[in-house]
Amino acid sequence: MQKSLHIDPGKCTGCLQCEMACSYEHTGTFNPSRSFIKVFTFHHEGRFAPYTCTQCDEAWCVRACPVDAISIDAATGAKVVSDDKCVGCKVCTIACPFGTINYSQSTGKVVKCDLCGGDPQCAAACPTDAITYIDADWTGYDRMLASASKSLPSAEVTA
Amino acid sequence: MSWTRKILRVNLSDGSCTSEPLNMEWANQYLGQRGLASKYLTEEVDPACDALGAENKMIMATGPLTGTMASTGGRYSVICKSPLTGAIACSNSGGFFGAELKFAGWDMIIFEGQSAKPVYLYIQNDKAELRSAEHLWGKSAWETDDIVRQTHQDPQLRIACIGRTAEHGCLYSAIMNDKHRAAGRSGVGTVMASKNLKAVAVRGTGGIGNVHDSKAFMAATNDGKAVLAENAVTGQGLPAFGTQVLMNVINGVGGLPARNMRDVGFEGAENISAEAMAEPRKSDGKANLTTNGACFSCTIACGRISTVNPEHFSVKDKPQYQGNSGGLEYEAAWALGADTGVDDLDALTYINFLCNEDGMDPITYGCTVAAAMEMFEDGVITTEHTGGIELRFGNAEAFVAITEQFVTGEGFAADLGLGSKRLCEKYGRPELSMTVKGQEFPAYDPRGIQGIGLAYATSNRGACHLRGYTIASEVLGIPVKTEMNDTDGKAELVKAFQDATALVDSAGLCVFTTFAWGMDNIAPQIDAACEGDWSVENCLETGERIWNMERLFNEAAGFTADDDTLPKRLLKEIIKSGPTEGQVNRLGEMLPQYYEARGWTADGKIPQETRQRLSL
Repeated sequence: MQKSLHIDPGKCTGCLQCEMACSYEHTGTFNPSRSFIKVFTFHHEGRFAPYTCTQCDEAWCVRACPVDAISIDAATGAKVVSDDKCVGCKVCTIACPFGTINYSQSTGKVVKCDLCGGDPQCAAACPTDAITYIDADWTGYDRMLASASKSLPSAEVTA
Repeated sequence: MSWTRKILRVNLSDGSCTSEPLNMEWANQYLGQRGLASKYLTEEVDPACDALGAENKMIMATGPLTGTMASTGGRYSVICKSPLTGAIACSNSGGFFGAELKFAGWDMIIFEGQSAKPVYLYIQNDKAELRSAEHLWGKSAWETDDIVRQTHQDPQLRIACIGRTAEHGCLYSAIMNDKHRAAGRSGVGTVMASKNLKAVAVRGTGGIGNVHDSKAFMAATNDGKAVLAENAVTGQGLPAFGTQVLMNVINGVGGLPARNMRDVGFEGAENISAEAMAEPRKSDGKANLTTNGACFSCTIACGRISTVNPEHFSVKDKPQYQGNSGGLEYEAAWALGADTGVDDLDALTYINFLCNEDGMDPITYGCTVAAAMEMFEDGVITTEHTGGIELRFGNAEAFVAITEQFVTGEGFAADLGLGSKRLCEKYGRPELSMTVKGQEFPAYDPRGIQGIGLAYATSNRGACHLRGYTIASEVLGIPVKTEMNDTDGKAELVKAFQDATALVDSAGLCVFTTFAWGMDNIAPQIDAACEGDWSVENCLETGERIWNMERLFNEAAGFTADDDTLPKRLLKEIIKSGPTEGQVNRLGEMLPQYYEARGWTADGKIPQETRQRLSL
């Protein structure tokens, strides 16, 4: 079963535990500036939104890379950058429509979410389940359920 | 180690920024943040100095857990001598600024001297420079944040700055960071203004990679987070209702003061409570509360993100105040609301926005307005003083009008900016100032709740709930229930809360964790992060050492046991009605026991043997 990160911005409090967990997993430091997941705060609207790579099936970054540095992790489906192959040309950062693959000045390579090899630490650290790692076929389940419950004649739904 | 072991020293008189090593001997004795910065202040500043003179210093300090994954590990404090009280000031703030300072590689910044012209400090990792802030002077804290961010074209910049009230000399101005988080109390923003320092902008990309035992640290912090999540207060109450969960609770037990503490019990409490904030409005179907928000690294997330009803008179033609911003927390809702008799939730939310935008402590501001209202009702202050504003208890329109004047420095602002002690002295009614050591009370009446009275009277920064929150025990039963009206055992209770809090504040953690965490949850996190012995025993002794050191600063500043007292109203005027009817605070019973528990003399002095025991 393939799993994917499921993000529910409505549950996010903006605490940045996910950013620290990500940087700790990948760099051994607590360092939001080197996190592959980013929480955006919309102050005026009173909203928070965690954002990271959605691991496209037909990934723009993979297609754009001239040296085949981005491969697919067979176990997780994650698009993973090989530091040995990446030449830091940044073409993938132009190709990606979502901005979730980025160049890192400190390493001279591009960096992106690799799903931590199947145990994403952002999801493990999230205190409110705004980020979960679930069956890829069912990322819409909660929203569908909420929507379905509204269509019932009675408001007393506990499912 | 988790300290960066580096201090940035900024001399505003000569414009220099220099790096120096952290004194690790002191770090092992005082941990960080509140404790360690107070040690530096004590060593470098004459306690008798003019708080607004060049000889006072202002320290922005992080703790060893600031910037880590420890829950709530994002805090910083501002330490200096207070212009409001003349005592040591330490104001603690959350948000994201403290962690960023740490990521830039600094444990603390010591500001000394005074700049001839307005400046701001710009820090990019190990590079720090002072830049002209002449274009920022006269701007609100919100405008300053926006302009500095645009100047550096860096959306990740974290900014702490002062608003206009500090520039105008208001004695209780705050330092605002991340727009709606404040180092709020005791006038630390006024000290910043006296140095002609408008803002500190910081960007750090180095992170923290030197935790002493990272495996043990991750285990200890994960254990801690599980405890917070499972606790009813930190796992459910605070995220859902914020500190405002207390409004109806404290009113219900007869502990909510109203109208400058003339009364206890507020008939409008429900209208300004957490429950009211969650209630959808008739006009647009939205509630005052939009969501809860967290400070850096915090898994509790008690912060309120709110809007004012766009139809409300206060914001009707002001679209810039119709969006979301930091909403009412309990202490602000009480001081701005119950203490002024105003129960208009939208008016209070708007006034709270203005407190954030122009950086004034909403507790002291609300209480000062409340004292002015009592004098207005007594005819001592008239519309001639207020420029025609009917400053009566409960008048929301008047309160909004006078606050809009206040932030721009017009009208009655200069008088209100004095704080209630100086204001009441000026108008010949000193007994109407509800203060200890010149600082206004928070939202718990010490006539109904005995221990908190002792905590107020002995607090090193004047009346304050965050120096020893005995409400946890006396009202909420955490960690054990003590009777509100008992004085027995309160001396020991107050001492225990004061010492533990000093340690929590020095670690970089939030004191709200202690609704769920005991020292046996906190010490292992510090011990794993830092070198040295941070056992429960050593943590508690460190807290006690910090408390005594602060007391010694105040003693040298001229404070004596006579200052460990409460206003006459709270010692003599009985509560007129409600569950605590007939009570006064019995400080006289508790204070001698407290001095004894602390190992002090009968006149509140710290004898040689206690100093030796604590290595002071």
